[in-house]
Amino acid sequence: MSNENELSHRFEINGRDFSNAGRASTSIKEILQEIGIDSSIIVRAAIASYEAEMNVVMYARRAVLTLNVTPEKLHLKLEDEGPGIENIDLAMKEGFSTATDEMREMGFGAGMGLPNIKKNADEFEISSTPGKGTTIKITISLDSTENK
Amino acid sequence: MKEYFHSIRIDPEKCEGRMKCLRVCPTQAIRVRNAKAMIIAEKCIDCGECITACPHGAIVPLTDPFGELAKFRHTVAIPSPALYAQFGREILPEKILSGIKKLGFDDAFDLALTCGEVSFAIQEYLREYKGPKPLISNACPTVVRLIQVKYPELIDQIIPIELPRELAAREIKKKKSKQLKLKEKEIGTFYLTPCPVKMISIKQPAEKGESFLDGAISISDIYGPLLSAMEGIEKGSYRKALENICILGVGWAMVGGICRTLRLKNSLAVSGLGEVIKVFDDIERGKLRNIDFVEAYSCAQGCVGGSLTVENVYISYNKILKLIETLEFEQIKACPDIREVRKLYSQKYFFIKGKFEPRPLKPLDKDLAKAIKKRKEKEHIYESLPKIDCGACGAPTCLTFAEDVVKAEAELIDCIFNLSQRFKEPSQGFSELFNKYSFRSQTKSSPKKHAKKEKQ
Ligand SMILES: Nc1ncnc2c1ncn2[C@@H]1O[C@H](COP(=O)(O)OP(=O)(O)O)[C@@H](O)[C@H]1O
Ligand code: SF4
Ligand code: SF4
Ligand SMILES: [Mg+2]
Repeated sequence: MSNENELSHRFEINGRDFSNAGRASTSIKEILQEIGIDSSIIVRAAIASYEAEMNVVMYARRAVLTLNVTPEKLHLKLEDEGPGIENIDLAMKEGFSTATDEMREMGFGAGMGLPNIKKNADEFEISSTPGKGTTIKITISLDSTENK
Repeated sequence: MKEYFHSIRIDPEKCEGRMKCLRVCPTQAIRVRNAKAMIIAEKCIDCGECITACPHGAIVPLTDPFGELAKFRHTVAIPSPALYAQFGREILPEKILSGIKKLGFDDAFDLALTCGEVSFAIQEYLREYKGPKPLISNACPTVVRLIQVKYPELIDQIIPIELPRELAAREIKKKKSKQLKLKEKEIGTFYLTPCPVKMISIKQPAEKGESFLDGAISISDIYGPLLSAMEGIEKGSYRKALENICILGVGWAMVGGICRTLRLKNSLAVSGLGEVIKVFDDIERGKLRNIDFVEAYSCAQGCVGGSLTVENVYISYNKILKLIETLEFEQIKACPDIREVRKLYSQKYFFIKGKFEPRPLKPLDKDLAKAIKKRKEKEHIYESLPKIDCGACGAPTCLTFAEDVVKAEAELIDCIFNLSQRFKEPSQGFSELFNKYSFRSQTKSSPKKHAKKEKQ
């Protein structure tokens, strides 16, 4: 899989691990800054990965988040083990959330996570098997190969 | 590439390469080369951490000597409100300003008043602003530089209102030149500064405009002379001196002071670079969209904790806090007239001239495909390193060393764990010997074991 034009990174995320929440998206931002990706794209990738990461921390057991960058495209894939999502259309609605009161107290549960992931992606795919887990794939195109 | 002006310099005579600075620098901007520290200009955000860390005083802030005063026909000192926090409880701004005049300045200006105006102007800006939130205070130039370097997407959230010291200098020059029939450039305006970073924002403002200040003098340099100068000053009425203090303005000396004195409900205040970074990460992720205003300072507790201050930071923080409480309790309102401020605000009196621009770090390569390759190479190199961040190579961490290697700014054999290769060719025998005791074989075992082996 690893071709020489492709950078890949793998991050493990654990459910309920609030103290490390956000680490993957911070690393992703740093990697992208280092290779000179445009800052507007970095922010989109950072927001999408942060929301995906937080959903694992809040709702799932564990997950692997992979980042793949080629000179043309940036891919993020999240595969989690957890309860899955029964009704994806509903989960994708702005404002829909099953967050508990405790999570809301902590400032989560606005129901904007999945919609924001989609909004920040050029291509977005979500699939889920209830009782098993959820997979989200997003792609952001890197239109120009010249760095700023 | 553009050269950045920095407010600090390393004196190679004094530097003993002890690497204390290497470890404290939050942006990994320092390297030790040939046993001397050097700063990578592009990466430095002028936080001043290295100045405090150096045991030899080899890192010197570039502030101006007193002698600069002689270049002007009329001189005005503009002390940061942090200066008011440097002396005992009983010593109020009035006395401090008189003391300054005795030191050779023709005049001393109470910047707290201008800070008060700017606080009101910030309030106005918060009221009419419609863009993404929160807005971020520009009071600390290190924080502004941090945003330029690491959070370019937050640039438009920095409040574009001129710093109080700049406004004060601008107005002083205007007024005094008329009054004294002098040219504006014959009037010298000197900021008494708690940190060296104020110096760059004078020599090279973040928004690329021009500064109205002619120089900055370190609070630590003026402290001793000022203390003596104040000795002879008659003790006036405490109450009267209190009545001249602008509560909004003294708030600028400490973290949270602006929010508190403006009574902003939906704001937060943060100090210390590490903490600021955490908050900015959250802003970038959109987590703090409901907050209106963030007051952020690089130094712990705000400017009272600046690297060129003298008094213990907690004592000075408390002095300002108590002063604010007293002024609140006594309901003293020696602040600018808000209607006047609103009028000036609508005339664009408060806005900065230029625009804040991002200052992102150079990527590993201009070409993305090459940058990707180099990044992989960096990871590969890093994996081969001991990951103990010993600093012996001159880089602060193994990771930065790996980066320096792919950027061709360092060589793999600069790492003592790779040193054995250096000897391979000249002498096979030595190499074998070296390998036997090589650090390389120790990378997986603990350093303690290693020490034992050496003794055997
Ligand atoms: N990885 C996941 N595993 C299980 N359920 C999820 C996962 N991600 C999202 N959900 C469900 O979808 C809902 C909407 O998610 P999101 O849009 O991120 O909003 P929020 O996290 O604020 O609830 C969540 O409340 C949760 O019920
Ligand atoms: S001033 Fe701060 S950023 Fe610059 S070299 Fe020193 S510690 Fe590093
Ligand atoms: S917090 Fe104040 S003293 Fe410290 S660097 Fe920023 S402006 Fe200077
Ligand atoms: Mg969510």
